Amino acid sequence: MGINATIIGQTITFAVFVLFTMKFVWPPIKQAMNERAKKIEDGLAAAERGEASLAEASKASDGALKEARAQAQDILAGANRQANDIVEKAKTEARTEADRIIAAANEEIDASMQRAKAELRKEVSAIALAGAQKVLAREVDASAHDDLLKQLATEI
Amino acid sequence: MASGGGEQHGTDSASYYVSHHLTHLQVGEGFWTWNIDTLIVSTVLGVIMCGVMYLGARRATSGVPGFLQNLVESLVDFIDGLVKESFPGTSKFVPPFALTIFVWTFLWNCMDLVPVDWLPAAASMAGLEYMRVVPSADMNATFAISISVFFLIIIYSIAGKGFGGYAKEWLSHPFGWYLLPFNIIINFVELMAKPVSLSLRLFGNLYAGELIFILIALLPWGVQFIPGFAWAVFHILVVTLQAFIITVLSVVYLSMAYESHDEH
Repeated sequence: MGINATIIGQTITFAVFVLFTMKFVWPPIKQAMNERAKKIEDGLAAAERGEASLAEASKASDGALKEARAQAQDILAGANRQANDIVEKAKTEARTEADRIIAAANEEIDASMQRAKAELRKEVSAIALAGAQKVLAREVDASAHDDLLKQLATEI
Repeated sequence: MASGGGEQHGTDSASYYVSHHLTHLQVGEGFWTWNIDTLIVSTVLGVIMCGVMYLGARRATSGVPGFLQNLVESLVDFIDGLVKESFPGTSKFVPPFALTIFVWTFLWNCMDLVPVDWLPAAASMAGLEYMRVVPSADMNATFAISISVFFLIIIYSIAGKGFGGYAKEWLSHPFGWYLLPFNIIINFVELMAKPVSLSLRLFGNLYAGELIFILIALLPWGVQFIPGFAWAVFHILVVTLQAFIITVLSVVYLSMAYESHDEH
């Protein structure tokens, strides 16, 4: 026991180790820790910013969705209106077409009735003439009574 | 803790066993005696310390740290907090200085947990008669640290207050200019007490711890483990605590030296 030269050796050794720690251990570790702290700080800030922008984006998307829904509603209503219009138009067209067809058919019927009447008249006058010829035997002159017969025919 | 044998020792052989365990491996005469065991063990421990810390710090990354980096970072963070708490301003020197004291004395103290006969027995096989493996149970080792602290106290006092300020403090504190001689005496005692208490506290605790382990080793081998275990568990606390105390006190002494006392 007791103090001897060992203390000198120990002090020198101690100084060497302290210098080693000061040069090669402390600075890199401290630097790494500071950098990490900075990184974490930045990361937290970025996360906060991300959260804020997420909230903003979701608000914007909500707005867009609402707008789109309203627009879709408008489009649907417009389409419905247009469809109704088309159907109405088609109905009216069909009705006019039908009327036209019916009118044409009526006209045709009238025309053929007139034609049949005229034919009938001619035939009746011919038959009447033939009957009169038979009744009057040969004395009747067809040309002399033609006017009379025609008049008769129009009267029927 | 384990011993080469208890029962066969008589009183003489027991005291021989104890004193043998408390004798340094020495060369030289008088003051120029070198405790080879202390020098070698503390240097080997210091090299291990520096090696491990260097490996941890060499490829220090700000990303996810590996095991060694984590270990060194924990130590650095711990010491950094300690220094920041008490030391005014920033210093490039004090934190690594405190880190070295802490880890080195911790490793010294840990040598107390190695069974007391292992390394001496290995040394005697290698032909070395004496071997004390706990550097902190050698006053030379503890005083080497505390004397370094002593000189740093003076250096930091002058750096912090200027030469004049430091001289003024010597002459006028704590009693004022009228009791100048007493101030000088008090300051002298205070300055001397710091390194002495610093090193003797560590030395005393670890010397006593080592002695208890040696005494436990004298018990019959079948019962040694009971007190041996209890003392070792308690010693885990002592090992860490003493390393912590010498570190904290060194930092505090340097802080007190550096900061100005003008407000008193």
